[in-house]
Amino acid sequence: MSTLYFTKEHEWLSVEGDAATVGISAYAAEQLGDVVFVELPEVGKTVAKGDDIAVVESVKSASEIYAPVAGEITAVNDALEDAPETVNDDAQGKGWFFKMTVKDRTELSDLMDEAAYGEFIKE
Amino acid sequence: MNLSGIRTAGASGTFLPDLFLGPVMTDTDLLRTPLGDLMEALGGKMVPFAGYAMPVQFATGIMAEHNWTRENCGLFDVSHMGQAFVIGPDHETSARALEALMPGNFIDLERGQQRYSLLLNADGGIIDDLMVTRAASAAEDGRLMLVVNAGFKAKDFAYIEQNLPANVRLEQAPTRALIAVQGPKTAAVMAPLCADAGDMVFMQARTTQIGGIDCHISRSGYTGEDGWEISVAGDRAVELAELLLANDLVKPVGLGARDSLRLEAGLCLSGHDFDASRTPVEASLSWAVPKVRRARADFPGAQKILAQLAEGTAQKRVGIQPLGRAPAREGTHVHVDGEHVGVITSGGFGPTRGGPVAMGYVRTDLAVPGTALELIVRGKAHPAQVVKLPFVTQNYYRG
Repeated sequence: MSTLYFTKEHEWLSVEGDAATVGISAYAAEQLGDVVFVELPEVGKTVAKGDDIAVVESVKSASEIYAPVAGEITAVNDALEDAPETVNDDAQGKGWFFKMTVKDRTELSDLMDEAAYGEFIKE
Repeated sequence: MNLSGIRTAGASGTFLPDLFLGPVMTDTDLLRTPLGDLMEALGGKMVPFAGYAMPVQFATGIMAEHNWTRENCGLFDVSHMGQAFVIGPDHETSARALEALMPGNFIDLERGQQRYSLLLNADGGIIDDLMVTRAASAAEDGRLMLVVNAGFKAKDFAYIEQNLPANVRLEQAPTRALIAVQGPKTAAVMAPLCADAGDMVFMQARTTQIGGIDCHISRSGYTGEDGWEISVAGDRAVELAELLLANDLVKPVGLGARDSLRLEAGLCLSGHDFDASRTPVEASLSWAVPKVRRARADFPGAQKILAQLAEGTAQKRVGIQPLGRAPAREGTHVHVDGEHVGVITSGGFGPTRGGPVAMGYVRTDLAVPGTALELIVRGKAHPAQVVKLPFVTQNYYRG
């Protein structure tokens, strides 16, 4: 059973045990507009919470993606290389960016659930 | 991620300062064009640009607006640009007054003819680019219309004014609006509204009426497509825009797509693709310095520019095609064999090209189509090559 979390930086994490799948929220994808390029991290890379690890580019701008928690990158969504528009079509599904381990589950307590994130983006 | 778009257009000044801040919350300091409220009501996402609240995009997004303009007709509010008239006793006097500041051949400009030109400083550096149009009717001889970039209009007009002879004056037209309609279906949109429009060819201008509204129109624009720019009294602008938008072929388009359209068309963005530190020769705009002016050598910086035309410059502006999918934005360093040889001045995604496009300056010996370059994007070298501009065919109507 996976649990969905969101960061204030508009990433989502679907966590199951100590494994997480990470992407950007549907709200963020909509704000960005047409995604034309995604730069993904290397598999095997160890990251600290807050590290720049990926980049998402729309027609007009480039935005950093930060590591939502500490851990190791275990997989990346290679399909985004040829079809970056998947991020717009299905941000919280097929548009996932990478999978990682969750080194310290206590870091998850800083994150929001879907309802809290919904309130956060209304502000 | 940071939704404020931290790396939009690089550090040296942003074309679209903040794409993602959403609606302009405190617009007290921002000016509105006569079309601002209409653009917002049509779904425009208003952002600060050159002191104005301007639509960066509409609901369908930059990509769809770009493609719509290439295929149908996009309507742009460009009323933030600076419009003015240079008024002298006769054509030659007014033309000479401008020729003292620009390298264009204005004396030979025919009535109703428009030229692209460059406002130069004493060192031959490009202060701004602009359109100069001779009034169409004989009764208005001595009147030249100027359209300059929004961000530079105060500076440009002050510089022009200071340098005009006593019998020529500059009359700014701050209350006039400017609407650009661009794209291959624009002629079909204009035909039923303006009987005169169809006779015009690229870079011709005239005074006419559109749906009974007095306008000054030119068959030109900045997208690489056929189209018109329509100057109209501010208090008639909404009525005119609504008349044009009533045709299903016409959709409003924001500044985001305006930028990707002009970049694909190989057209310079003032302050980015050149500034006062670059001459027309470096900027690959030598064609804006016609023979007759070279022979007279009487424009600002003429000695320097003529020497550069003869001997070349250290760097030149070229088209740059990234070979991968990663866009290279303004400020990206250009290397060859690890050596720094230039910089990207405009770069992004070209929807019509279906991939990244850029232009920038490289060492002149490398300014040859096919030359392999490396673009340093986030610390990594990405392959690219020098290409001929434009990236898309220019579809101007030349009759």
